[in-house]
Amino acid sequence: MADDIYILGIKMTKFGKHPDKDTVDLASEAAMAALADGGVTMKDMGILAAGCLMGQGSIGQQIQKQIGQTGIPVFNVSNACATGATALRTAIMAIKAGECDMGLAVGVEKLAGAGLLGGGGKPKSDKKEWTPGGRYGAVASTDGRIGTDAMPGTFAQVGMEYGHKYGGATFELFAKIAEKNHAHSTLNPLAAYTKRMTLEEIMNDVMIAYPNTRSMCSANCDGAAAAVVVSGSKLKTMSLEQQRRAIKVSASILTSDPWQEACQVLPDVNTLTKIAAKKAYEQAGVGPEDLDLVELHDCFATAELVHYDNLGLCEEGGAVDFFNSGATWRDGKTPVNVSGGLESKGHPIAATGIANIWEVCHHLRGEAGDRQIEGAKVGLAHVIGLGSACGIHILEKSALG
Amino acid sequence: MSATTQIPLVNYLVLGDTPHLQANECTSCGARYFDRRNACAGCFGTEFRTVDIATEGEVRSFTIVTFAAPGVPVPFVAAIVDCNGTSVRANLINVEPSPEHVKLGMKVKLATYSLGTDDNGVEAIGFGFEPA
Ligand SMILES: [Zn+2]
Repeated sequence: MADDIYILGIKMTKFGKHPDKDTVDLASEAAMAALADGGVTMKDMGILAAGCLMGQGSIGQQIQKQIGQTGIPVFNVSNACATGATALRTAIMAIKAGECDMGLAVGVEKLAGAGLLGGGGKPKSDKKEWTPGGRYGAVASTDGRIGTDAMPGTFAQVGMEYGHKYGGATFELFAKIAEKNHAHSTLNPLAAYTKRMTLEEIMNDVMIAYPNTRSMCSANCDGAAAAVVVSGSKLKTMSLEQQRRAIKVSASILTSDPWQEACQVLPDVNTLTKIAAKKAYEQAGVGPEDLDLVELHDCFATAELVHYDNLGLCEEGGAVDFFNSGATWRDGKTPVNVSGGLESKGHPIAATGIANIWEVCHHLRGEAGDRQIEGAKVGLAHVIGLGSACGIHILEKSALG
Repeated sequence: MSATTQIPLVNYLVLGDTPHLQANECTSCGARYFDRRNACAGCFGTEFRTVDIATEGEVRSFTIVTFAAPGVPVPFVAAIVDCNGTSVRANLINVEPSPEHVKLGMKVKLATYSLGTDDNGVEAIGFGFEPA
């Protein structure tokens, strides 16, 4: 029986614009804060896993050069929007494998002002001589001619497909999901945007890809997050205070998308999330009804809806009714994205998969201040990286707490 | 203009009198793919045959893109069309790009259009789906 795993220390930087800091600065800030939060130093770490999706691939070593070079193995990971969760999962696997008893996971990104992600591709001028290229022998760019490569439209279709299957998924419904997350963000001082927006403001905002307006899209911004994980047996040797604040990782799951008809035409973000959720609930021995809060991957308002269903928070096909019941507001049955979610907290890609775990831990430790979900004992954090990868972690308050 | 002076936008678009799409179908499990294959992602089989895709279908999902990468003209309607069980990614064309005119479940059929002619006199032909 493998040892239990705990989050010993965890921190996220303020998300937003950090013009004077580069990715190494931000990652180092988060990493040092996580170490301090856990009451440990780089000397205690047996592994470092780090990710920066838009970076050059050696962010881990660059962080070490700022905060401590001890010769430990470094894993630079890249898994789209699930990069942060993958870094954490990597550190957890090393501990589970018995290679070390403590590890550090870091995710960082600088995206402020980055604009539209995905799409366009290599510019192919439509002139002179039509020359087939690429896997489909295309003579011109296919983005905009054969569907869309950009994220807002891709995830718009994910939500619309759900609407086609089960009905009720109107433009207004998706806008109401964004309204909830923007309302939640007003209580989060680390969110990139903390402005409450009315339904009317959201629906009348600039349309990006129907039904997603600008305020229904995740916010590109700068930020980093880091976590220190420790084995249960090592934790027992540490101080009572460290044990009290440690958060149990009851489940740590990473999946990729299994083959489904249409998955190579429109990315399937559903099947891999459903599989990950099922495994996570089994591993943790809890069910969706036990969750006091959920941070899920609302990269677009249209995505949040389908994940209510994928994570089993509602019955199959029941996501629209579930949302309309008020269940996912912070005073509802299953509060979702009380941080403000990616739509307002922001989405510095590789940081997201650790920042959402920080949010859940913050509540489980009872340290979330104004936005504290009272008495929170169990929470779930979910990310999706298109392509696709899904990370789910279920977290539980310490028995000592 | 004769067919020899035309080139399809992508190699799975077959031009001629009855333009249609083609796919590589796994002979073991029937999975269909529009790109070249090493093996089937569903069953790992390595035998494929070329099959024609139905030219009529139903819109299973869509988005109206009004903000795109530089050089991509907007607005356009991106959609997933269910062509008799095979999902196809395409634009909806010859329809007003507004939620009042584009509906989930609407019946559509394949249509082609010209992308222009190059310096050698070759005309590139694209495809989309229009209301049936
Ligand atoms: Zn097959």
